[in-house]
Amino acid sequence: MPEAPAGTLYRGREGMWSWLAHRVTGFAIFFFLLVHVLDTALVRVSPEAYNAVIGTYKNPVMGLGEAGLVAAVVYHAFNGIRITLIDFWSKGTRYQRVMLWIVIGLFVVTMAGFLPRHLGNVFGGH
Amino acid sequence: MSTEIAPETGSAEQAPGGAPVREPQAAAVASGRGERPDDGSFDVTLRIRRYLPEKDATAYWEEFTVRANRTDRLLDALHTVKWEIDGSLTFRRSCAHGICGSDAMRINGRNRLACKALLKDLDPAKPITVEPIKGLPVVKDLVVDMEPFFASYREVMPFLITGGNTPSAERRQSPEDRARYDDTTKCILCAACTSSCPVFWNDGQYFGPAAIVNAHRFIFDSRDEGGAQRLEILNDKEGVWRCRTIFNCTEACPRGIEVTKAIQEVKRAMITRAF
Repeated sequence: MPEAPAGTLYRGREGMWSWLAHRVTGFAIFFFLLVHVLDTALVRVSPEAYNAVIGTYKNPVMGLGEAGLVAAVVYHAFNGIRITLIDFWSKGTRYQRVMLWIVIGLFVVTMAGFLPRHLGNVFGGH
Repeated sequence: MSTEIAPETGSAEQAPGGAPVREPQAAAVASGRGERPDDGSFDVTLRIRRYLPEKDATAYWEEFTVRANRTDRLLDALHTVKWEIDGSLTFRRSCAHGICGSDAMRINGRNRLACKALLKDLDPAKPITVEPIKGLPVVKDLVVDMEPFFASYREVMPFLITGGNTPSAERRQSPEDRARYDDTTKCILCAACTSSCPVFWNDGQYFGPAAIVNAHRFIFDSRDEGGAQRLEILNDKEGVWRCRTIFNCTEACPRGIEVTKAIQEVKRAMITRAF
């Protein structure tokens, strides 16, 4: 049976994209935590094994991954506050769009403070 | 009504000489037509998702170019297609004035009523995509099976529940009490909200925004005594807690109901009731 051609993407607005980003970042953070529990548990195997594994993280690819992880956590945290306000503040639904722009603003400010220092450490080679 | 829409064929009518002509955007009617007076009419292409199960098991896209007026709505253009080009095109519409809630469809990727969407607001320079609403089984072309939607609606008991003797006069209510649920009385059950909800697309068991809106209408009615029962029904795995505050429903509602706000109020009513 031939496949039907795809339908169009639903063109939701800020609420839909913020929800999608919240999901994606949440998923990414979950997988990080999974790996993080495993590598931290290695310290119980032997401190040398732990040090060896952590040592392999010290390369530019993982450095960029760390930047992505912080970005995901920062967005997820600020947007989580927005969602909490939508849930518990009676005017929250009416200001959800404004609050998303505040979230994005806080995200940009936080990342602007973090990224230069972090990327300096990753690529500065000291 | 767009009586002068003349699709495809070169219209015989000759414009009074020298009137400025608006260039048609679509190329379908290139020759044969005489100059038209600038009455503000324009050519518009509809890209419609067709599904004719008796002919073809799969859906496909089909384009129609029709002439439309500035005052025409998408519904008028669909009528022109059905009445003058292809009678097999199938869609629902009853009142055609935004009250019956029959003609909700996905227009340029967003749920709208075809009878409330003006073509000139939809950027007619580009083809306008028209699809059936999402998440409900398509029966034919733009017609979907609304039964799952109405089943959820019935489950919240959308009628006044009272106890004791019926009063001999009307049940009185203060303007303040009436205003409490005014927003959710406006629902016309068009399913634009429910079929815009990503949670509903992935899980057809979810009650959906429309059912919750109609529960809200009675939960916050001071005359109604079935509130606790309704909250119990919606305090379900597939009830209000599945709402992820995505706001597609609020944006899609042709009646301007703050749907997400109503859902949140029902959630909060459940929490406050528990303590």
